[in-house]
Amino acid sequence: MSTGQRQAAPSQSVYPVSPDQGAAAESIIAILVDNEPAVLSRVVGLFSARGYNIESLTVAETDVEKHTSRITVVTHGTTAKIDQIKAQLGRLVPVRRVIDVTAESDALERELALVKVSNEGDQRVESLRVADIFRARVIDTTGSSFVFEVTGAREKISAFIDLMKPLGLTEISRTGVLSIRRGAEND
Amino acid sequence: MADAAQKTKPKSSTGVSKSGAELLLDAFEEQGVEVIFGYPGGAVLPIYDALHQRDTIRHILMRHEQGALHAAEGYARSTGKVGVALVTSGPGATNAVTGLADALLDSIPIVCITGQVARAFIGTDAFQECDTTGITRSCTKHNYLVQSAAELSGVVHEAFHIARRGRPGPVLIDIPKDAQFEEAAYTSRENAKNRNCIVVPDVRSGDIDQAIDLMRYARRPVFYTGGGVINAGPDACAALRALARATGFPLTSTLMGLGAFPASDPQWLGMLGMHGSFEANNAMHDCDLMICVGARFDDRVTGRLDAFSPGSRKIHIDIDPSSVNKNVPVDLPIIGDAGAILSALNAEWSEREKKEKHDKSRIADWLSQVDGWRARASYSFENCDKRIKPQHAVQRLYELTRGKDVYVTTEVGQHQMWAAQHFHFDEPNRWMTSGGLGTMGYGLPAALGVQVAHPDALVIDIAGDASVQMTMQEMSAAVQHDLPIKIFILNNAYLGMVRQWQELLHGGRYSHSYSESLPDFVKLAEAYGGVGLRAETPAELDAKIEEMIAVKKPVLFDCVVTNEENVFPMIPSGAAHNEMLLGGKVTGDEISDEGRVLV
Ligand SMILES: Cc1ncc(C[n+]2csc(CCOP(=O)(O)OP(=O)(O)O)c2C)c(N)n1
Ligand SMILES: [Mg+2]
Repeated sequence: MSTGQRQAAPSQSVYPVSPDQGAAAESIIAILVDNEPAVLSRVVGLFSARGYNIESLTVAETDVEKHTSRITVVTHGTTAKIDQIKAQLGRLVPVRRVIDVTAESDALERELALVKVSNEGDQRVESLRVADIFRARVIDTTGSSFVFEVTGAREKISAFIDLMKPLGLTEISRTGVLSIRRGAEND
Repeated sequence: MADAAQKTKPKSSTGVSKSGAELLLDAFEEQGVEVIFGYPGGAVLPIYDALHQRDTIRHILMRHEQGALHAAEGYARSTGKVGVALVTSGPGATNAVTGLADALLDSIPIVCITGQVARAFIGTDAFQECDTTGITRSCTKHNYLVQSAAELSGVVHEAFHIARRGRPGPVLIDIPKDAQFEEAAYTSRENAKNRNCIVVPDVRSGDIDQAIDLMRYARRPVFYTGGGVINAGPDACAALRALARATGFPLTSTLMGLGAFPASDPQWLGMLGMHGSFEANNAMHDCDLMICVGARFDDRVTGRLDAFSPGSRKIHIDIDPSSVNKNVPVDLPIIGDAGAILSALNAEWSEREKKEKHDKSRIADWLSQVDGWRARASYSFENCDKRIKPQHAVQRLYELTRGKDVYVTTEVGQHQMWAAQHFHFDEPNRWMTSGGLGTMGYGLPAALGVQVAHPDALVIDIAGDASVQMTMQEMSAAVQHDLPIKIFILNNAYLGMVRQWQELLHGGRYSHSYSESLPDFVKLAEAYGGVGLRAETPAELDAKIEEMIAVKKPVLFDCVVTNEENVFPMIPSGAAHNEMLLGGKVTGDEISDEGRVLV
């Protein structure tokens, strides 16, 4: 679609002329789906076909009896784009609900990461000290390496990783973001 | 449909075991399916065997699976029912893809059955195996790979439900061959799952109040309607007409929406968009209130987005929440069924009228401005008495078929636009064209599907010399099934629309857009067992058209027209509604650099 170089006429509409105006931000979307064959591929295919990006993706069956899975996607876009993504997801037949986790104030967000460092001497001591601050657990150790397990919101994990970089960080594995609502109410 | 469903009660009751193939046909019968457009092959033989043994469902043997899908589309669009296609695995399924994509973009309810290799062979690159559900995932509204005969009839019912519910679309069911033999019990329509992808919300009176406020206050209002009104059914079209009459607002429609509002009405502005009328596009550009009903702000319609109707408030009525604010942000979105919303608007409008009459003088200046634009007669063309002008041919075809029970389909290209401009429709479901995907080869098989549904009607495919060759083989199906479709070819010996763009954008370098080695369409018609007619001069045109109408056989009409006519008016790509080209000599610099990259 052309955005045009020429000067646009002033709009009388209360909304911006182009749907892509406004700042883009990260957004967490939780999708409750019927757990049936190809459901993940429908969701992922929609993102790729329409040019939306996926920054992280988690999926697992959450209710065996009701055959429900929960897919959590971290994506990026303007408010208009995120609204469009939600509307498009809503059109998929196996999708039961689409929850804009970022927009809800009572949402909890967690991610788990496994972080490997190879280091010696002072760096070893320092990495253990940082791990302690982040309440990361050591789940494997050798004379020259640790594997830490850390959970938390994405920023916390990213901060932990940043601090480990100068301390011999060699490998990272992250689960992607999970989300759930606070309080007694369910999604 | 209801009658058919009653007459043909499913013969099986729950508990009795039947083969998957029988269960499929039982479910079809319960859904009121009267006709299937199909093509057999190894992976659907059990279904064909079951079909052979019952006479409740008619099967139309096509000559290509794409044709089967387009025929089902034509059937669906001219009746409002679900069209059904049946094809085999592998190449049968891949040939069907174009038709599925076409139905998805134009929101046509279709159920397509594909055969699949036996379950044990799936994933082994077996003969005629392809990943049908994978290939068609993005060109269907939903699809299924049936896992067992036990779930088959339930899946069929849900597929029909999904195809017709909300915004309609194609649904595909892939059935492994062994599941067609496997025995299981029948699930009735009542007991099927019937999930909804889009929940249609009830009409909210707050939205209606707000819309009527805007409408009563407007000074330059316009209705912009689309195929969604036709999909919403005859009641929605009637409600639209009533609302337009009550308000006196002018009305334009997309290519897909032609017929929802009568073209003979003085409030009618003609089609809008790239080749729409001067009055429609200017009204869209200058309006202060746009009431969009069942249209989707497609790029053919909006032109340059940042210059699209800059001074208007916009109301958007649509059944699909994803259509709202997709391309153009609107002020008042109303999600729901167009019929229900239009009726509510009508009720509220008359309610307010009782309290205080709408001040018609508010829109008087606007209506006279619209008349001024209308006076430009933007569809006019310079006629010729030696050679037939394509626009003239469509005009004569329209005049000579008035008062008849006419349905028109088209192929894709210049002829399609001339048909939209010069053939006029007063009723919905009479005009079938490939709008979204723009599929050359759509019109001939679609006409065939229309004729199956309306055996006594006059069904005309307004075709191009190039498009018609894409599905020409369906002439054979038309002859076989006694379907007297009329293929009216505007033969300009060019891929005309491509040539026009080359003239406007590429310095008149006609790279591969000449229809080289055209067949003799008259002989070709005769070779198929149909009737061939040719008109080469304006003098003989009327008599030949009369002859075509009189013939009760499939006709290929070779209407030899001027070669290098352009479709005007035109909004060049990347331009705004008020920057239309009205015809005459174009120099090639009408299109901006940004416009050049657009299709
Ligand atoms: C399947 C397909 N291939 C290519 C195109 C691109 N295309 C659009 S119009 C056109 C030319 C159509 O020529 P013809 O049928 O003779 O119609 P005319 O424009 O001459 O009236 C082409 C090639 C298309 N729309 N569909
Ligand atoms: Mg042509």
